[in-house]
Amino acid sequence: MNTKIAIERLRLSFGKNEVIKNISINVYHNTITGFMGPSGSGKSTLISVINKMIDFEDNVKIHGKVSIDGIDILGNSSNPVSLRRRVGTVFAVPIPLPRSIFENIAYGPRLKGISGRRELHNIVEDSLKKAFLWDEVKDRLNLSALKLSGGQQQRLCLARTLALKPEIILLDEPCSGLDPISTAKIEDALNELKSDYTIVLVSNNTKQIARITDFAAFFYMGELIEYNTTDRVFTTPLEKQTEDYIQGKFG
Amino acid sequence: MRINPRIINKIVEMGLNIQAFFTVGILVVIVAIIFFKGFPYLNPEFIFAFPDDMGRHGGIFPSIVGTIQLALLSIVFATPLGVGTAIFLTEYTRESTFTKLIRFGVESLAGIPSILYGLFGFIFFVIKLKMGWSLLAGVLTMTIMILPTIIRTSEEAIRSVPRQLRIVSYSLSATKWETIKKVVIPAAAPGILTGIMLSVGRAVGETAAVIFTMGSSLRLPLSLMDSGRTMAVHFYILAREGISMEKAYATALVLVLSILSINVLAYYVMHKAMSKYS
Repeated sequence: MNTKIAIERLRLSFGKNEVIKNISINVYHNTITGFMGPSGSGKSTLISVINKMIDFEDNVKIHGKVSIDGIDILGNSSNPVSLRRRVGTVFAVPIPLPRSIFENIAYGPRLKGISGRRELHNIVEDSLKKAFLWDEVKDRLNLSALKLSGGQQQRLCLARTLALKPEIILLDEPCSGLDPISTAKIEDALNELKSDYTIVLVSNNTKQIARITDFAAFFYMGELIEYNTTDRVFTTPLEKQTEDYIQGKFG
Repeated sequence: MRINPRIINKIVEMGLNIQAFFTVGILVVIVAIIFFKGFPYLNPEFIFAFPDDMGRHGGIFPSIVGTIQLALLSIVFATPLGVGTAIFLTEYTRESTFTKLIRFGVESLAGIPSILYGLFGFIFFVIKLKMGWSLLAGVLTMTIMILPTIIRTSEEAIRSVPRQLRIVSYSLSATKWETIKKVVIPAAAPGILTGIMLSVGRAVGETAAVIFTMGSSLRLPLSLMDSGRTMAVHFYILAREGISMEKAYATALVLVLSILSINVLAYYVMHKAMSKYS
């Protein structure tokens, strides 16, 4: 299996507080990889390194190497704008931009210089279909995105990310505020998407990790405790901490 | 003895109501006085005719034109400068001694009495730069005078745009400038417009700084180098020199009505323009 994202001996600290302690992990091409662990385990910080959104935080010190398709992304030669076209992000809280559904999805493509009405419309339709939202909004694409329900907004955010045509999609606890039905819709969408995208799903919900991921990583206090195929992690975990976490004994 | 919290609540509510009515009441009284004193003399001739005999007879057409020219040009100069400064202060600098110094300067400028701006404009633009009493000298003075208001309100508006909107924009591969242009400024536009409207009000209502720089000629200003008289200045001179109280009140009424309609129009236009951002 091909490695898509390679993280080697990554250490990251906010001021004096080290939140990622020497983590090495490979994320494989066109799989869903789950990052789980209690809050403060460093899993969200880890994905903010992959899309370089960490740049917007203060007092960050990073050591180690992160590469995508073998090309280093942390060095000065890497361009964060083109990186974020390849690495899309869906945040925990859905944040639609204050504009229409159509314009939310078209935001990224327009930044790439796509302006043809027909081409944009095709991208919008395609992205909304992939996010399982098209049928619910196809008649009201000019409606304000703020008027959608929470679950619809999160699928809108997924569609907005897909419109960039990324290779990697990072989802940072995308279902933490959603009801079970909305969660199921997001999970269905992710299952369909994994044949074309490399997906990293950060989640506190171990059942969700077990349901839809191919690989699962367990983080605790900034360290990678265990990483294996999801089947292995959930049936025969090698570490006691992993087992306790999965069984809900702490976390 | 403990007073029932519900009774306290009622009393507070009543008190606040009275205060609100009082505030609005003062405004209504002022507008009503101007309306009743000025309305009988308001007619098409008053608006479209030139003044005669120092303004004792005729209309105020040149003053209306002069007022519009002064307010419009000042806004045209001050808005990009002020909004630009606000963007620089909020988006391109970290909080430091330097930004605190700029902000302190802006606040101090906002507190200076307008007559001092007038004196500065007179000494610098009218005399030193040999502009004479002119629309240009008035516009430049007024630009400096309204700049602090525009900077402060714009800064406030830009700062209140949620950080998450910026983060989302960056995550969708926008650069900083694209984010400012497409997300921050549209979201801050209502606040920025409020600052602009306050400034229009100030420019339209200003007398001291205008007399010193734009002068008080009753002729129609046809070029930037012509002197002119705004409605506020006209009102001041008519009343101060006892030329005609009737014409003074009629002028005041036109002044108030124009400020009101500018406000309504501006918010309507913005509402239309912003509807795609909601």
